[in-house]
Order: sequence, then structure tokens, then C-alpha cells
Amino acid sequence: MSAPIAGANAEANGDKNATPVKVKSLSKSFGQQKVLKGIDLEVAAGQTLSVLGRSGTGKSVLLKLIIGLEKPDSGSIFVHGEEVTKMPTKELNEVRKKVGFLFQQAALYDSMTVEENVAFPLRRHTHLSDSERKKRVRELLASVGMDHDTQKLPSEISGGMQKRVGLARALALDPEILLFDEPTAGLDPITASEIDDLIVKLQKERHITSVVVTHDIHGARTVSDRLALMRDGEILIQGTFDDLQKSRDPFVVQFLKGC
Amino acid sequence: MIAQPAFFLFGLAAASSATPVDRGGIVSGIGDLTIKFFEWFGNLSFFCGRLIRAAFTPPYEIREFFHQFDELGSKSLPLVALAGAATGVVLTLSTRDSLIRFGAKSFLPAVVVFSIIKESGPIITGLVVSGRAAAGIGSELAAMKVSEQIDAMEASAVNPYRYLAATRILACMLMLPMLTLVSDFCGIMMGWVANNAAEPISLRLFIQDGFKSVDFSDLLPSTLKTIIFGLLIGLIACFQGMNATGGTEGVERAATSSVVLASLFIILADVALVHLILVFFP
Repeated sequence: MSAPIAGANAEANGDKNATPVKVKSLSKSFGQQKVLKGIDLEVAAGQTLSVLGRSGTGKSVLLKLIIGLEKPDSGSIFVHGEEVTKMPTKELNEVRKKVGFLFQQAALYDSMTVEENVAFPLRRHTHLSDSERKKRVRELLASVGMDHDTQKLPSEISGGMQKRVGLARALALDPEILLFDEPTAGLDPITASEIDDLIVKLQKERHITSVVVTHDIHGARTVSDRLALMRDGEILIQGTFDDLQKSRDPFVVQFLKGC
Repeated sequence: MIAQPAFFLFGLAAASSATPVDRGGIVSGIGDLTIKFFEWFGNLSFFCGRLIRAAFTPPYEIREFFHQFDELGSKSLPLVALAGAATGVVLTLSTRDSLIRFGAKSFLPAVVVFSIIKESGPIITGLVVSGRAAAGIGSELAAMKVSEQIDAMEASAVNPYRYLAATRILACMLMLPMLTLVSDFCGIMMGWVANNAAEPISLRLFIQDGFKSVDFSDLLPSTLKTIIFGLLIGLIACFQGMNATGGTEGVERAATSSVVLASLFIILADVALVHLILVFFP
């Protein structure tokens, strides 16, 4: 009996030792369209969970719900034990500082240079001096292999480079959790593989808990400890890649054929 | 007069509408537009609520405000100066002809100065800036919205209502009176040039005659009313931009509707403000 009670307390008070990301019976609709139908997920500390599924099945919505950019119709989301769905904006912003988000198209601010994009969260939420901030930005960009073209605008660099800069920006505040929305979408296979390797390298170095939303089964296998396959707004199956391979469900078998 | 609100309602709903109007029937078309009209106002009210909460709570985005102030001012200044100058020339030439017919040519400097500082300067500035700044803000924020940059900002724990909207709206509000003074100045100067070309008159005499009966209560309310124009331009452009949906088409729709609605609201606000000014500064 003691374990559930301890877990409940952790969830109520925001315990560092609580599960980093926990989703309970999450539902979300847009108009008449039910996008998520009672999703349950858990990601253990330092682990990477990939959420797979066909395009338009609500995978990206799941990430936006976790970080509070969308509000669910019902269900709960706990980030380090703190319920984020009913949290006031001020407290939610404190949670957001601990969560990095790499958007599908990188979503770099197109009026700012590469360097300014990475400096933006640091300028907002830290008290670093100009020189310290510049040093930190250079370190972050170097860690994602972008130690050149730092004065260019996002429109002047390639899609792969934009993803790297987006990743550097997501890492700026030393997040405990990283959310990846289709990290390799729209990239050629070589660049996609480089981005996957970069994600694995950063996970090894920083031990960050990650949720990756993707339809790229090959990339998901490379970067994840566990996988969850979505169909029609529901989790069809979740487990390791081997668990998924053992499934006889025709949809799972067809999806894994891509690997 | 009764038809005016109905026309405004129709125009507003059509301009703010995100989807084409159902052409199945006039009655259902008007019904749809009426719903869209109230929906638009409802969404604008929510937007204003979030904006006010964000604008009056720290941290204040002073650096971004000055950036926007500079950006909006420097980009609108040449257009406003040119429009003001052209208004001055046209006003002088057309009024001169009328005044000669009535034998009141000597009133020309006063008529030009009065017309420019009381009405044509502020309204021309408002409309020019609504064309320049509303389109710019509307399309910029719409592009940021559809490419998830606004989501990225919110995910970085930065309030986009404070960082993007409040700074731009405040910049518009403070910039408009300054630009109006520039427009007034250019209009009066070019009024003198046009008058001088037709019949030589010294600048000193033109200014002396023009400002003989003008006092501070003529200049101040009509210049300060442009703060409301600035508020309308900034608010409508930010609202349309931050609520854009649907890729490049959404960006185009946000830019167009920002200009149309901002211009429409400026003209309507001017009617109300002129009435108010006449009540308080008879």
C-alpha cells in the first residue's frame, strides 16, 4: 500500500523523483474530430519513448498537451509529479523552463540570427552577462555541430542545420525533459541519420528523459528505449522494439515493415 | 444613417471571415455573417483579456518595445511625410480655387492650417500607418503563428501576448501622435510651397496668418486622438496575426484583414472622437 500513497504525494507536490512524464486517460478533440481517446503513457527517468503512428493521428498534439500549449478535454498530465493541465500560467512557465521542445519545422525565430535564436531563452531566463551568454551559446551550438554560420538567418541555412539550431535552443536552459516533434521529417536519409545520432549522443551525455513523436520507425528504433504505436487516437501497443516485433496485429506488422 | 451599422456589420464580418460566405441564399448568408461578426468580437474580447493581463504584469519587455518603436516609426515615417505633403498641396490648390470664388482668398493659410491639424493630418496618418504597419504586423505575426514560432516562444516560457502583442500595440499608440506631427508639418510646408507657386507669399506671413486663430486646444486633442488610432491598428493587426490559420493563405488573409479592419475602425473611431472633441473642446 505504501508505494501508491508515496506516488500520489509525489504527484501532488512535484517530486523530483516522480516519473518525469506521466499521461493518464488523456482525451482531446478539435470540433467533431476526436484526436486522442484516453491515452495512458509513462516515461521513466533518463529513458526515451518514441510515439509512432501515421500522419495526422494526434502525435504532435500529445506533445503540445504535455507542455501546456493545448488544453485537454479530459485526463491528466504529470511532469515530475506536477499536474500541468490545470496549472496557472506562472507555474506552468516554471515547468516549461525544465522542458525543451524541438518543433517539426524547428520553428526558429526568422527575424533573429542563429546565435540570437539560441541566446533567446538564456536572455529571458538567466542572469548571464553578455560574454557568458555568448560563450554558452557557442558551446551549445558546438555540441550540435553548428559552430559555423552562426550569424546567418534561419532562412539562409538548410533544414538539417535548422533542426540542429532548434535542438541547441531546446537545450539552452539545461532541460530535464526533451520533446521532439518529428525530428527527422523532411530531411534526406543521411541528414536524418545524423540528427538521430546527435539525439543519441546528447541523451548519453546529458541523461535527459525524452519523448519523440515520429512516423520514422528506423529513427525511432535508433533513439528509443521504448516505443508506443498509436492508431485512431489510441495507443495500440507499447514496449521495446522486440515486444512490438512479437505482435501479430496486422497494423503493427505492416508498420514495422518499414524498418 | 440606419443603413450604416448594417453595412459596417456586413463589411466587418466579410473582412474578418476566414471562410468564403455561403452563397446558397441571401438569408443564410446574412445569418452566417452575423454569427461570424459576434464570434469575431467574442474572440477579440478574450484576446484583450489575455493581453491586458500580460501587459500589466512584469517582466516588462522594454528592449523589444524600443525595437518595435524604432521599426514602426522608421518604416512609416517616409510614407507619412509624403502623404502629409501631398495632402497639403491638394488641399491648398483646391481650397484656393473655392476661396477665390467667394472673395476670401486671404483666409487660405488659416483654412489650410486648420484643416491639416484638426482633421486631415491625423486621419491621413492613421490610414497610411494602418496600411503600412497593420499589414506588416499582421503578416509577421501570422507567419510566426503558422510556422509554430509563437508556440516555440510560449514553450520557452515567454508570454507572446506580452513579448509580441503588447510591445507592438504600445509602439503604435505612442508612434501615431509623433507621426501625425510630422504629417502636419509636411502638409503645412507643402501648402505654403503650393500657395507660393500660385501667388508669392513669404513663409513667415503664411505661418503668421495660418496660426493667428489656432490655439493649443485645436492641436492637442486632434493629435492625441491618434493614440486611439494606434491602439486600433496594433490591436487588430496583432489579433488577426496571432489567430491566423492555414499556411501562406492564412498569412495573406491576416495581412489583408488587418489593413481592411484597421482602416474601417479608424474611420469609425474618428467619427466618435470628433464628436467627443467638439463636446469637450467646443
